[in-house]
Formats: sequence, structure tokens, C-alpha cells
Amino acid sequence: MASLPPKHRLESSASEASSAGHDEHHYRPGGLMRWVLTTNHKEIGTLYLIFSLTMFLIGGVFALVVRAELFQPGLQLVQPEFFNQMTTMHGLIMVFGAVMPAFVGLANWMVPLQIGAPDMALPRLNNFSFWLLPIAFTLMLSTLFMPGGAPNFGWTFYAPLSTTYAPPSTTFFILSLHIAGISSILGAINIIATILNLRAPGMRLMDMTLFVWTWLITAFLLIAVMPVLAGVVTMMLMDINFGTSFFNAGGGGDPVLFQHLFWFFGHPEVYIMILPAFGIVSVIIPTFARKRLFGYASMVYATASIAILSFLVWAHHMFVVGLPLVAELFFMYSTMLIAVPTGVKVFNWITTLFRGSISFEPAMLFAIAFVVLFTIGGFSGLMLAISPADFQYHDTYFVVAHFHYVLVPGAVFSIMAGVYYWLPKWTGHYPHLRLSQWHFWLSMIGVNLTFFPMHFSGLAGMPRRIPDYSLQFADFNMLSSIGAFMFGFSQLLFVVIVIMCVRGGKKAPAKAWDGAEDLEWTVPSPAPLHTFEHPPQYRPVEH
Amino acid sequence: MTDVVEDRSPQVRRTVVKTLVVLAGMFGFAFALVPLYDVFCQVTGLNGKTSTSAQTLVHEEVDTERTVTMQFVTRGSAGLPWKLEAHSRQVRVHPGQSTEVYFTFRNLGDQALVARAVPSVTPSPASLHLRKLACFCFDNQRLAPGESFEAPLVFQLTRDLPEEIKTVTLVYTLYPQDQGPDVAVATVADGAPGSDKGRRPASGEDPGGEA
Repeated sequence: MASLPPKHRLESSASEASSAGHDEHHYRPGGLMRWVLTTNHKEIGTLYLIFSLTMFLIGGVFALVVRAELFQPGLQLVQPEFFNQMTTMHGLIMVFGAVMPAFVGLANWMVPLQIGAPDMALPRLNNFSFWLLPIAFTLMLSTLFMPGGAPNFGWTFYAPLSTTYAPPSTTFFILSLHIAGISSILGAINIIATILNLRAPGMRLMDMTLFVWTWLITAFLLIAVMPVLAGVVTMMLMDINFGTSFFNAGGGGDPVLFQHLFWFFGHPEVYIMILPAFGIVSVIIPTFARKRLFGYASMVYATASIAILSFLVWAHHMFVVGLPLVAELFFMYSTMLIAVPTGVKVFNWITTLFRGSISFEPAMLFAIAFVVLFTIGGFSGLMLAISPADFQYHDTYFVVAHFHYVLVPGAVFSIMAGVYYWLPKWTGHYPHLRLSQWHFWLSMIGVNLTFFPMHFSGLAGMPRRIPDYSLQFADFNMLSSIGAFMFGFSQLLFVVIVIMCVRGGKKAPAKAWDGAEDLEWTVPSPAPLHTFEHPPQYRPVEH
Repeated sequence: MTDVVEDRSPQVRRTVVKTLVVLAGMFGFAFALVPLYDVFCQVTGLNGKTSTSAQTLVHEEVDTERTVTMQFVTRGSAGLPWKLEAHSRQVRVHPGQSTEVYFTFRNLGDQALVARAVPSVTPSPASLHLRKLACFCFDNQRLAPGESFEAPLVFQLTRDLPEEIKTVTLVYTLYPQDQGPDVAVATVADGAPGSDKGRRPASGEDPGGEA
């Protein structure tokens, strides 16, 4: 993730011929200001990825605090109040600070390269939307040092826990979510404008790679639901500071309304975190299976159906709030319907592998692990979709196991797969093979050791977000904690691999992988700062 | 590069304007959902809220064939040293019959406070069939320290109450209310759980032992 982009080398850039046309690039600030003021999509992509990796490590430390406390029953290391802050901050940082910016970073780097565009459509906006993020998350992390502590109500910040009973720092948390939300919205506008307007001449929408397609759809989801999140946190702000009663039953409001609004944002949000992952895996698997992606059109339509359905299923997070029977049934069936397009995708990936000439480069290892482990997470999601069964699973570690299976070996593995896949393009060097394999296997074992036992402790009734547990859960929790530390520390190896790859390693040619056919592999490795200043000759591929 | 960007900048601008319109629309939609939700719940009775003003008795014959158990549950609020008691925990009524039950409010604290009992009906579909002719829940109550106050609830379950509903639970939760513009903030702040105002006896059951 943390690759530095290549230094601006004029000789490798095809810009001389048309340099009269872009004088603004002649003045280039050096040092730190180069990064602060950059409007280059590759540099901003790198900034996003470095930021995301930093947040991933910070959020990971919070997770390890939680797992260390849960290593044994009883209270050993932290106070319950602090434990609650850790679970909350872990969720918020990972969702809004690690996973979402990582995908935006990959989009910044790869979308222009894959559609043959010279840069993003709105480069200055791009710079602004990145620099909002460090501000937002500095503010969010600073709440840890405020009197009363950081937010402690869970990443879903249900009212009135997050309004009437919240610590004073909640107002700062709301502001930081506003800023992060604006950043996501601006990023999404930029991506939509780029994809719709800057494609290479002759490239139709149905010629785009799946990574570009999934990001286009994700960007529309962001445009649709981030304003709803902004609205919800604004209502919280008013309930806390201005005496309104949106969510306060005492003043005629309704706490359940909060959950409806939150999950109307929240469910599309979880797809925002997985659709780009589908896209990454859909470009990696064909490359290393040396076959075209099976069912390209059905992949596009499946992604779009998942996005549309995501607006109709939100109340499956709320089966136990006292929904009427009709609503329970509606949300149960609509949720299960999502398994159909998702099943189409998994089927297509497997069929792409079928009779392929497969090689297991690190990117492919992560992509295959994604398919297998994401499917496990999908199945536990189906179990949770069954409303009567959910009454048992609700708020137990079974739910924790489910969403970590779709987010860690799902979203996070896909990001790592993407990083291993594109590192040669970014740095001009292949990542160290042995070390990447070690990283993969340690992560793979660590992740399963962490989250698989949670299915069992959850089914046996262990509740989420509690720092202590009864003795019968002790063995499962000890396994989970060992796995968590294993997974956590193996990410340091990832940092080492990325730094090594930036500094040197086996040289990569323009087409770094044997079966890679997309446009980004036609530019040199490392990709020069300016690419496709003249639109490439694009020959449509038969899908 | 420049030629491409220049060629397409009007298109980019159009795309941006369109996305901004959607964006503004969705932000407005989030706020529009609040009244929409209230209307939806009023029509369907889904959130178990009852009417906030007195309703008239629907004159229908009493359905002596059916008996429904009406339960009353009362709850306090953290930071509000009040106690609300139902004189009868449950009554058995026939649909169509009008019934009167009494509740007692008691201020156990050492300052005058304003609060309101907010009702909620379970199962929620029953809320459409519960008519209140008189209820203390329509108004705020103000109680001096140590004062107590007896209030009636007159209600009727209409005959079209769905057959499968055998028990209706009416929950009253006490919520502190603003006492006036000048002390409003203080009241809200005192309502927080961390309140250290010495009002703690409220939350519990009994401290009115010597009262």
C-alpha cells in the first residue's frame, strides 16, 4: 500500500510534445509541499493508500487491545469503559479510515490507467478530498484524550446511547464523520465524472474492466447514502446540543427511527466496502487463470442488482426491535434475494478458474482466499437473514464472525491482493516472493483462527461488546486472541514487503503479469507520473 | 492531455451538477424521512405510539364474548427522582367497554420538576385500537418536592381489535421535560446518567420509605 510513486522523470514521460499545453506542471514544489499540493492521481492514490495503511495499523492496535482483554475471562487489562471505546474506535477507524480510503486510493491509481485517461476529471477536488481525511481522523482519534473519553457506543452509534448517554466528545466525533463523509462524497463525484467522461475513445461502458465498473456503481451508492449519514449525524448533533427530539422519546421522537435511518445508510455502506473488492478480484483471477473473465455482462448486472437491493434490506439489522410480522418477512426474503446475484459472482469466479492455466502468485493467493472466505461470510449472512434464527444470533459473536469474514478476508484481503497485483506497476519492482507468501499464509491462518471460533462462541450465546464472559467461552476466546495477534503482527511483514518493494527488487516489465490484458499494463513500469496524455488506441476486447 | 480535458470539461461539469443535485436530494430525503416515518407509523400503528390528545368513546356494544388482558407497566428515567405507580397492574376488559384506572405520580426528590409519562403499546398494532378518553399523558406534570398526585386513565379497546391479540401492554415511561426556556438546558443536562446532583434515589424502587 505504501508505495512511493516514482520520481517525476521527464525522459520517461511522453509529455514533451505537448508540454506547451500544461504549463501548470512546470512549477513543481519539492519536498513536503509536493505531496500537500499534488493534483496527480497517482500521487494522491499513494497518499490515500499510505493513510489507509496507517489507519489499518491504528485500528488494528485497538482490536488487539480488545482481544488481549478477551484472552481470559475476567477483567485484566482495561476498564470496561475503555474497552467500549476500543470496540467503537476500532470499528469506526477500520470502516471509515482504513477500508474506504484504501478503495478510493486504488481507484485513484487504477481507474485513470484502466480507462486510458490522463488524470482524474477534477484533480484539485481530488487533492481536497484526500486532505480532509487526515483532519477528520486526527479529530476522531483526539477524542481518546478528551475528558469523558472517546465515543463508547459502538460503531453503529445508536441513539439515545449516542445522544442522551454519550460522552461530551460525541460532538467532535460527529464533526469528524461529517468531514470524512464530505471527503467520500467528493471522491465519489470525481470517480463518476472520470469514468463517465474520460474513457479512451472507443471504450464503451461494457468494455470497462470490472474494477472500474464496480467503482462506478460504488460511487453512485456513496452519492446516495453518504448524505443520509450526514443527515443522521446532524440530527444527533441537534438532539445533543440544540434540544431537538429526533430520537428522544421524551420529546416525542423515536429511537427506532435512528436505527432505520442509520441502516438505510449502513447497509449500502457495507456494499460500498465490498463491491470494489469484487472488482479487484474480478481482474486478478482472469490474469492468473490466463482466461477471460467468465460471464462479464452477468458480473456487471449482478453488481448493479446487489447495489439496488442494498436499499431494500436495511431492517434485517433490526429484526429484534419489534418489527411487525410483514416487515420481518419482507426484509428476510429481500435479504435472501441478494444471495442470488452474489452467487452469480462466486459462480463466475469459479468458472473462470475452471480449466484455467493457474499460477499462484501472491495476488492470486489472496484473491482465491477472498473467494473462499468471503463465501463463508456470505453463508453466515444467509443464516442471519433468517429472521426467526436471528433472534438467537442477534448481538452475539456470531454476528461478529459474520461481518469480519466479509470484511477482513473479504474487503481487506482484496485490497492486499490489489496491492500485490499492482505493486510492480507502481514501483517497477516485484514484491519479494517468499516474504509475500509468508505474509499470505500467516494472514490466512491468523484470520481463520481469529474469526472461525467466534461462530461457535456466538452460537453458544456470547454477547458482543462485553469485556468479560462466562467460563464456557474461555477456550474459543483464547484461540481467537492468539489468532488476532498472529494476524496483527503478520501485517508488519506486509509493511516490510511494501517498503522493500519500493526500494528495489526484481525489475518488472510493462506487462508485469503473463495474463494481464488491461490498459494499465501498456504503460511502462513504474508508471510515469503522466500517462495517456494522448488517448491510447483502444481496441475493444470481446467479452 | 489538455486537449482531452478541455474537450470534455462541459461534460464533466454536467456530470458534477447532476451528482450534486442527487446529493442535495438525498440529504433532504434523510430529513423528509422523519415526518414520513411519523405519518407511516400513525397510519399503521407500527411504533406503538398512541394518540397525543383525548379521543371520544366509540359507542359500540360491548363484546362480552372476548376478554382481553390489559397490563400496565411504569418506568422511571435516570436522573428523574419520580415514581409512577399503577393502582392495578392489570385489568381484564371486554372490547368496546370503557374502563377507568388510576395512577399515582410521586416526586421523591427535593426540587420541583416537570415530567411527562410517554406511552407505548405492545403489540404495536393494538395501538390503533386503544382509545384514550382521558390521560395524564397528554400533558406535562409539575410536582413540588414530596408532592404526589393521582391521575385517571380512561380508555376503551375498540371491537375491531384483531382477534389474535389477547394481551395488550401499555407502558408509561417518565421523561423529564423542559421547565421553561431559562432552565431548559440544565434540566436536559441533569437528565444524563452521569448526573451527580444528589438526585440518585430516583432510579430505584423505594426510597420513599419514610415519606
